[in-house]
Amino acid sequence: MTHVLDPRAPAAAIPPRREPPAPYRDVTRSDAAFRAFLHGLPGVDQVGAEARVGVLGTRSIKTTAKAWAIDTAISMVDLTTLEGADTPGKVRSLAAKARRPDPGDPTTPQVAAVCVYGDLAGVAREALAGTGIHVAAVATAFPSGRASREVKLADVRDAVANGADEIDMVIDRGAFLSGRHLDVFDEIVAVKQACGDAHLKVILETGELVTLDNVRRASWLAMLAGGDFIKTSTGKVSPAATLPVCLVMMEAVRDFRAATGRQVGVKPAGGIRTTKDAVKHLVLVNEVAGPDWLSPDWFRFGASSLLNDLLLQRQKLRTGHYSGPDHVSVD
Amino acid sequence: MSPDRLAVRKTYKLYVNGAFPRSESGRTYEVADAKGAFLANAAWASRKDARDAVVAARGAFAKWSGATAYNRGQVLYRVAEVMEGRHAQFCEEVAAGEGLSSSRARAAVDAAIDRWVWYAGWTDKLGALLGGANPVAGPYFDFSLPEPTGVVAVLAPQRSSLLGLVSVLAPVLTGGNTAVVVTSRARPLPAVTLGEVLATSDVPAGVANLLTGDAAEIGPWLAEHDDVDAIDLTGAPADRAMELERLAAGSIKRVVRPPAEEPDWSADPGLTRLTPFLETKTVWHPIGL
Repeated sequence: MTHVLDPRAPAAAIPPRREPPAPYRDVTRSDAAFRAFLHGLPGVDQVGAEARVGVLGTRSIKTTAKAWAIDTAISMVDLTTLEGADTPGKVRSLAAKARRPDPGDPTTPQVAAVCVYGDLAGVAREALAGTGIHVAAVATAFPSGRASREVKLADVRDAVANGADEIDMVIDRGAFLSGRHLDVFDEIVAVKQACGDAHLKVILETGELVTLDNVRRASWLAMLAGGDFIKTSTGKVSPAATLPVCLVMMEAVRDFRAATGRQVGVKPAGGIRTTKDAVKHLVLVNEVAGPDWLSPDWFRFGASSLLNDLLLQRQKLRTGHYSGPDHVSVD
Repeated sequence: MSPDRLAVRKTYKLYVNGAFPRSESGRTYEVADAKGAFLANAAWASRKDARDAVVAARGAFAKWSGATAYNRGQVLYRVAEVMEGRHAQFCEEVAAGEGLSSSRARAAVDAAIDRWVWYAGWTDKLGALLGGANPVAGPYFDFSLPEPTGVVAVLAPQRSSLLGLVSVLAPVLTGGNTAVVVTSRARPLPAVTLGEVLATSDVPAGVANLLTGDAAEIGPWLAEHDDVDAIDLTGAPADRAMELERLAAGSIKRVVRPPAEEPDWSADPGLTRLTPFLETKTVWHPIGL
């Protein structure tokens, strides 16, 4: 028996397995059935995926379209700080930046959310009160996900109690890669339950999943289990968010909505640093999943330095000359 | 060259951040010698190349300005050493581009190499000459120190393609600044070769960036750029200099105005090109017991 914090917990914590939405109700009836379903998903042509994002990446987005893309991207940013050295002061300054990203230009949109560790969610909640900016907290033993389920659920409940209305959980990659798909499924279901009203983003950590086929399987697994968003990475593992990975995930949410009617969001995180990267992602969203996803409700960028580059580009468009790092805040 | 050997046609590239990229725009232009015969193709830098070069120069600034003056002097001396090894190539390019006799081209190349040596010697003497301890009426030590201005955009002379270029670039680097240089448009080949020299002579990547192209096209973007701290307008088109100075005022840059006539670069430069790119920092320190 694994160690359990609360000796009474196991008896209470084996509810009947939550069913995935129709028409996939029966795929989780056994580990074998679930594996057969996930491995029965169409394979991903990696070379084809890279070629497709390569072609989409050459789209030229200029002038008014660029201005729209920059403002849209800013409104999709989950402004993130996930350092061991984070302090309440740093979170408050990040919150100030989230409300007013460019103090010199009040027309700049707000970002979508501030993403912090669970213990600082309360500080962020207080600093963002009344702004409509969400507070996202990472939980479930982020970033490795190596803890017992009780600890993970306690982590989630703690973050929600502190005021987080979005929870970024990590999946158990070890279980996923060794084929224990139902364990991963059950864990996401349990976390979703612990979230209550809070949105659940499921981090696949695609850098550790090795193949695009695995990314597609993990995406479906997370969506079937009830995740509201699927997110590429923790940002602590390289490679993080790449365009081919995002392509596969956009295809997954598109196909999932077509089959079940439920729309799931996508959040690439980690490694997106420039406006050009962000615009390439927006092109990908529009071309693969469609314009329904071009909103902060359905697409987010997990980033910290990206916002400054977006602001510099925005200043360039507004003033007609290049700006410099002295004209954005240092975080 | 034997008549049956195919000519190696050259298309040179830019020198940005220690690498040799093509222009982002994909443009090139033909470079002709003084008599109008084709010499080579050069990359035709765009405003986005200038933007990338400024980012590279800003990135390199902390390390270069933070290096000891002694170390900077060694690196600049090393540039002279490597140039000396390429002496013949420089002579050929200067002679072809400027239409000089081989002896006058050699004199220009010699002077350019000597100029690096001369400025290399200055790095650790500027502090003593331009700074020092100030007498003040109070119980304080008071020091003034020359510090580099930052990222300097340089529009290099249009006529003197090597000696003129070195005469405007070397003083910028000597003080600890990093540079984005727009070379002579019609005579860029010595600058291309200088880029190859800089890449192989311990100058950290990004400290000097050489853009072959048109100062009239890129100049305004550099003059307006918020992250450029100073601009040397020596090679600016005469009728555009005033406009460039006005653009530079928007971000309160240091501006070096172009001379009415391109000067004789072989003359002793003194400190006239060093001091415009140095800021004086004064420190007050209480005298303890």
